[in-house]
Amino acid sequence: MATETGMKTWREKVGLAEMLKGGVIMDVVNPEQARIAEDAGAVAVMALERVPADIRRDGGVARMSDPEMILGIKEVVDIPVMAKCRIGHFVEAEILQALEIDFVDESEVLTPADIANHVDKHAFTVPFVCGARNLGEALRRCAEGAAMIRTKGEAGTGDVVEAVRHMRTIMAEIRQVHSAREDELYVLAKEHQAPLEMIQEVHRLGRLPVPNFSAGGIATPADAALMMKLGAETVFVGSGIFKSGDPAKRAKAIVESVLFYNDAKKLAEISKNLGEPMVGINVSSLPERELLAVRGW
Amino acid sequence: MQRKVGVVAVQGDYAMHIAALRGADSGVDALEVRTPEELATVDQLIIPGGESSTVGLLMQRFGLGEAIVARASEGMPIWGTCMGMILMAREVEGRDQYRLGLLDITVRRNAFGAQVHSFEDTVSVAGFGETLGVFIRAPIVTQHGSAVEVLATYGEQIVAVREGNRIGTSFHPELTDDPRMHTWFLSL
Repeated sequence: MATETGMKTWREKVGLAEMLKGGVIMDVVNPEQARIAEDAGAVAVMALERVPADIRRDGGVARMSDPEMILGIKEVVDIPVMAKCRIGHFVEAEILQALEIDFVDESEVLTPADIANHVDKHAFTVPFVCGARNLGEALRRCAEGAAMIRTKGEAGTGDVVEAVRHMRTIMAEIRQVHSAREDELYVLAKEHQAPLEMIQEVHRLGRLPVPNFSAGGIATPADAALMMKLGAETVFVGSGIFKSGDPAKRAKAIVESVLFYNDAKKLAEISKNLGEPMVGINVSSLPERELLAVRGW
Repeated sequence: MQRKVGVVAVQGDYAMHIAALRGADSGVDALEVRTPEELATVDQLIIPGGESSTVGLLMQRFGLGEAIVARASEGMPIWGTCMGMILMAREVEGRDQYRLGLLDITVRRNAFGAQVHSFEDTVSVAGFGETLGVFIRAPIVTQHGSAVEVLATYGEQIVAVREGNRIGTSFHPELTDDPRMHTWFLSL
């Protein structure tokens, strides 16, 4: 292997997130699924022991996956491999970094390990992605060093309603901050409970300081295209692919839908004959204590 | 007449290239290219960073790859960064993936390893000296034909090449503030 002697920098961390734009990141639980995902055109895979729908069904404490299982997936694909650690569990994150995982997802899908603090992501060389429901939450994660933000949605439901709510909220709040007068940014920082420098950055850029992806309940090509239209730069599909009737076909269709999200005629072609989608759970039927998106502070 | 520059916008950091082109020449007409029809409207082309397996599949499925090869044979200047260089290669080590075969090179994907080995460092490029190289899960060139000119090396590794008006770089000038490579490409 070639050896590098250069510097680790913020630019190359966020740079990997830039390279993943306009793509689909798929949850996989074994090497066989990882190959199906790569062959369908996934830009990255999320290696985990159980997809969110199964974590939801099984209950109990959900933790970082077995390193052996993660390495098994890393071995069979050339695309980046991501893995999840619990919120605030910096030792799980250190283990994932030691495994040379390409991106760590500090995820509300797993049971939180800390009810106040998230991982100090600046302390790592591996980049992190974190979930958010609104601008303030996104900017608190950026301040901690997240190199990518994704909507939380409501993972493992196959119901896109929460991902839509979170993306609309984040985009509307970005527009509000972007169009505010400079002397109004102080109070906006207070209202969003975000660091002033981050609010100033959003005011200047008119977007998040890092790429803005979407996750949580995306199950069809139309769902993926909807999230792209609302401002997502890439979509994560968790349970939606491998809990469906024909994963390879659906995976390929969702990849195509992200490329042609602005072309309804192509989307109509892409959406034909995909077999059974995942059955799904209506989010409004879930009791409060079963919601995952409320995890994170 | 103003020349039009296309950036393949199937997937990847194409928006960074469009911003870099506009930074290099505020009057440039920089366009996103997803289809053969869009390719037909541009005079030169950049293939950005991204995932080569994803973009290769989609280029093949929707005819963009074939259209690029046809335009290249008519002499269109093409520059590939990172993934773009992988797609332009004749061979990819250890993998039978879709490629355009526009550069007589063999590339090795992820040659430096996983993301924790991504880095930036100074690179000396033939023609205009030192620039900042941002290497993200970067490929290297392991073999090349006699018509290929090596533009830059990092340690022992070949990280930039040129064959006629086709260029490949392992690194990402579009992620830096240095517009010189984009300016140079616009002059080809």
